[in-house]
Amino acid sequence: MVSGTMTWFLVAGLVVALIVVSMAAISIGSVNLPVGSVWNVVGARLTGSASGDPLREQVVWDIRTPRVLVAAVVGAGLSVAGVTLQALVRNPLADPYILGISSGASLGAVLTVAFGATALGGLGVTGAAFLTAVLSVLLVYVLAQRGGRLLDSRLVLAGVAVGYLASAATSYIQLRVSPTELHGLMFWLMGSIAGATWSDVGVPAAVIAVCTAFLLLQGRNMNALMAGDDAAAGLGTSVRALRIALLVVGSLLTATAVSVVGGIGFVGLMVPHATRFLVGGDHRRVLPVAMLLGAVFLVAVDIATRTVDRPNELPVGIFTTALGVPFFLWLLRRRATGGS
Amino acid sequence: MRLDIAGLTAKIDAKPIISDVDLTAEPGQFVGLVGPNGSGKSTLLRTVYRALRPSTGVVSLDGRDLWRMPAKQAARHRAVLTQHGDLGAEFSVGEVVAMGRAPHKGLFDRDDAADRAVIDESLKRVDMLWAADRLFSTLSGGERQRVLVARALAQEAPLLVLDEPTNHLDVRTQLGLLDLIRSLGLTLLAALHDLDHAVAYCDHLVVLQAGRVRAAGAPLEVLTPEFVGEVFGVRAHIGDHPITGRPHIAVASFESPRP
Repeated sequence: MVSGTMTWFLVAGLVVALIVVSMAAISIGSVNLPVGSVWNVVGARLTGSASGDPLREQVVWDIRTPRVLVAAVVGAGLSVAGVTLQALVRNPLADPYILGISSGASLGAVLTVAFGATALGGLGVTGAAFLTAVLSVLLVYVLAQRGGRLLDSRLVLAGVAVGYLASAATSYIQLRVSPTELHGLMFWLMGSIAGATWSDVGVPAAVIAVCTAFLLLQGRNMNALMAGDDAAAGLGTSVRALRIALLVVGSLLTATAVSVVGGIGFVGLMVPHATRFLVGGDHRRVLPVAMLLGAVFLVAVDIATRTVDRPNELPVGIFTTALGVPFFLWLLRRRATGGS
Repeated sequence: MRLDIAGLTAKIDAKPIISDVDLTAEPGQFVGLVGPNGSGKSTLLRTVYRALRPSTGVVSLDGRDLWRMPAKQAARHRAVLTQHGDLGAEFSVGEVVAMGRAPHKGLFDRDDAADRAVIDESLKRVDMLWAADRLFSTLSGGERQRVLVARALAQEAPLLVLDEPTNHLDVRTQLGLLDLIRSLGLTLLAALHDLDHAVAYCDHLVVLQAGRVRAAGAPLEVLTPEFVGEVFGVRAHIGDHPITGRPHIAVASFESPRP
């Protein structure tokens, strides 16, 4: 068992890492800025004084800072969503993207964007994404289970099927509405952080903070659920109520991330696994560490998307998928040979 | 802790699986639940550990209705060893046993020194303290069952419910586990597959067939050769165990040759 003290060291280390990697991400771009001047602008903004260079201030504060914060928030949200879904289906292969929930959320978002808020009864983009995300989870859940147990193969296949269906519908709607708007289509299918603004930061950050706080209080119950429904009932967990809560929270986290940055895959798979490797299985440790590690991870990946093929910028989803698919296959292979 | 089950009927998909079951376990008794596959043993146990709500009837502990308590309170009174002990993620042995503290903790409580003492003591009683930092998934089947017993002990519940605890274990481990649970001083209710285990270890037997209680009483009064033949479809012989001298039941198919 990892001691509580070690977890706190890890959390502190990750906070430092997040600040460092964020500063680096702000200073790197089409115009490289020295880290010192980034500090100056951010410091000036936070204290309310002027830094003296309006152009530099605009680049740092209005363009790059919100983008980096969105990357951090979304990385955190997708990682916590992954942990939530893995507890919900009691299977470590779960991830919002693999289970088709990201695609489901994209469909809801695209419906509202294309046909206006009236299309889904007056829901906003996030609300519609949430609704279709919940429907996707339920569909995957129903398709994947046999006799109350969720098998790896059925879970993955059901997720892929639901995901493809939602992606096809998203593509169709997108192309019907604006045949020339391939960029918009790419956004919902691949995900992109480019173009994030300050208005994309606040609400998602609040949603993810509230959801994570709620999950932390349910940490013991989530642990019990990993021991199986019957064992959890024996340990005093109200299994049905917890399942419903996890379904709602997992969908909400996914929908929030998707409505800001589109479908970014495999973050919710890789980060929880790396986290469990570091701190073990107890959700009271997994949740805070996964949240921070996910934030650090996506900010770092975002740096890569801007530097690998300069001056071009690549969608962040390509990178996470390129990392995530080999990881997923390795995991699948390990589980197939290692029993359980 | 005294367990009373009275007039219990439980349904799955509107189909009654067990009907009008009565059962009593006196404090400290080891009560065995036997019956052919599909007779409703697991279903009956599930109503005791609150995984399945009975449609009629009462499960009570020392006279208090188990299904009217909050889930956590019920879990402070009875613990369970379910049939499928596998976990959905990697947990260390210590973390698995720590799950047993959940019913004693409030929403904002952290695990404190007292909890850790209970966890260590529970592992010590099942001889698994050495494995506290090992991953649960790396243990053998018998070791896993002992750890799950430790989790139940950490729950500090006076009643322990076990669903075929010796499944998939080798002979030595089976007997070791039964010796262990009988030594704990708890009230035990266990579904058992092996009639010889039931005879050797239980104080009281309840025989289920097709969801109903066929007989209940002291093992040797209940498991007469005629009765075993009727319910289980095998020929039975009751005698003294050649090694322990305790009662022993030998079974064979009706087709097998007589000496």
